[in-house]
Amino acid sequence: MGKADLSVTLAGVRLKNPIVPVSGTFGFGEEYGRFFDITRLGALCAKGLTLRPRSGNPPPRIAETPMGMLNSVGLQNPGVDAFLAKEWPRLKELDVPVIANISGDTPAEYAAMCEKLSEAGVDMIEVNVSCPNVKAGGLAYGTKPELAAEVTREAKDHAGETPVMVKLSPNVTDITEIARAVEGAGADAVSLINTLRGMRIDLNTRRPILKRNTGGMSGPAVFPVALRMVWEVHNAVKLPILGMGGVHSAETAVEMLLAGATAVGMGSALFADPMAAVKTIDGLAEWCAAHETTPRELTGGVQPWA
Amino acid sequence: MPVQQQCTIVNKMSIGTDTYWMVLECGTMVGQTFRAPGQFIHITCPPHFLRRPISVCTCGSEKDGDLVEIVFQARGEGTRWLAERREGETLDVLGLLGNGFSVEKGGRYLLAGGGIGVPPLYGCAQYAEGKATAVLGFRSEQQAIMPELFSNACEEVFLCTDDGSLGFHGYVHQKVAEILDKDKDFTAVLACGPKPMLRGVAEVAARYGLPCQVSMEERMACGVGACLGCATPMADGSMKHVCKDGPVFDASEVDWNG
Repeated sequence: MGKADLSVTLAGVRLKNPIVPVSGTFGFGEEYGRFFDITRLGALCAKGLTLRPRSGNPPPRIAETPMGMLNSVGLQNPGVDAFLAKEWPRLKELDVPVIANISGDTPAEYAAMCEKLSEAGVDMIEVNVSCPNVKAGGLAYGTKPELAAEVTREAKDHAGETPVMVKLSPNVTDITEIARAVEGAGADAVSLINTLRGMRIDLNTRRPILKRNTGGMSGPAVFPVALRMVWEVHNAVKLPILGMGGVHSAETAVEMLLAGATAVGMGSALFADPMAAVKTIDGLAEWCAAHETTPRELTGGVQPWA
Repeated sequence: MPVQQQCTIVNKMSIGTDTYWMVLECGTMVGQTFRAPGQFIHITCPPHFLRRPISVCTCGSEKDGDLVEIVFQARGEGTRWLAERREGETLDVLGLLGNGFSVEKGGRYLLAGGGIGVPPLYGCAQYAEGKATAVLGFRSEQQAIMPELFSNACEEVFLCTDDGSLGFHGYVHQKVAEILDKDKDFTAVLACGPKPMLRGVAEVAARYGLPCQVSMEERMACGVGACLGCATPMADGSMKHVCKDGPVFDASEVDWNG
């Protein structure tokens, strides 16, 4: 392994390296903690929380796609209070920053969750305005600039000193429009992309594979779309970016940094290989050492054609 | 603590229509992670993105490398890829995952298996040390697998086919009811197969007042409880997850209408 300094600072939070398992792919850290030391990660992003517990969508919730997958979990979670009572005491002792991810049906719900989480001392709050798998709230907030801005302001007003990162939906005509709106509303960072809406059909039954008909697509297949959107948002706003979507190797992580990401999320790659995040950290260290650079220098370093 | 391991295929054979038996040399996986018969392994099938969960048929901890036996049906792209592997090749395997059946050595179990749900019950038959009775159902004689193995491991074996081409002409739960009508003295009913079959067996077991455990299937991603993909609804309205909470559940906690 190389000796490169991999540390980055995302919205004022220092990460020892830029690799962050993204919300909904990492539970509350316990499951993959059986495979590797999770304090090696740059940060970890906990499963998305709502004000009250949610049992999520009926199965099937998973469908495979060429080099990717669809999910329709539907924000199954124990609720923010249960998270703070049962998971947070363990997580806060770990030497790794924890990002809490929240979704609400109303701005007031976002506000209430921000107050509880910021009071508990989470390192960052990721405001999900873009889950494609729930009916109310979620997607609508993420697809209308004025609503995304309203939720961002509400979150900022109730998050105290805790940095607020807004997770953007790719299911829009112009993602930079939403990014500018949340920047104007005081967001400290943005994360993108959430999953792309997709569908598969079972030929034998002629029914969609997912019980909710459509779901969110992730995996290596979405990487070029995610990279393009990170690049566009990097050119449109000054906010630091947690870039995610199909990253599955050190090389794709470097591309994400070059496109403008400050830190890099990994998600469904872990389902294929539980060690994917750790291998990416090691590979990134080697790559940076070999090229005498650091993740901080790489951010936004793409040289676009004129 | 699950293990990720490159496993060598030491034996492979076709044992029926699109059905394969494979033996994997798995290092120390079994010794480290065996809990009970009915666990599964999660296999990478390149270039397909997600791993394929395959139930363990039987396994053992050996001095020169643990062995895991699986029986699977080539019914999709991933399992067809798996069916094309040869002895000597290696597979990327996570295992042993899940909890398996709650069984005691030498218990008098009534095993109820349907189709590709039959193989995981073989480990239960071995656990019961010859005292189990097995009811194995298939679509037709052509699809029947492992009857001799079960005959050698069980006190009695009843074969059923949907079309009557072999054994009892009818469904597994009907045969289970026939058996229990004459003899209810079983420790528990253990079932694995398609959900409608499990539901039928669970109803019969409940009618005769016997505990019943069922092994459930669901489309799965991570296999370790992180993604919440393989949810299965419970009678109390909650969701449990096949990979982490199962794949075996007490029949009374399952929402059979979900």
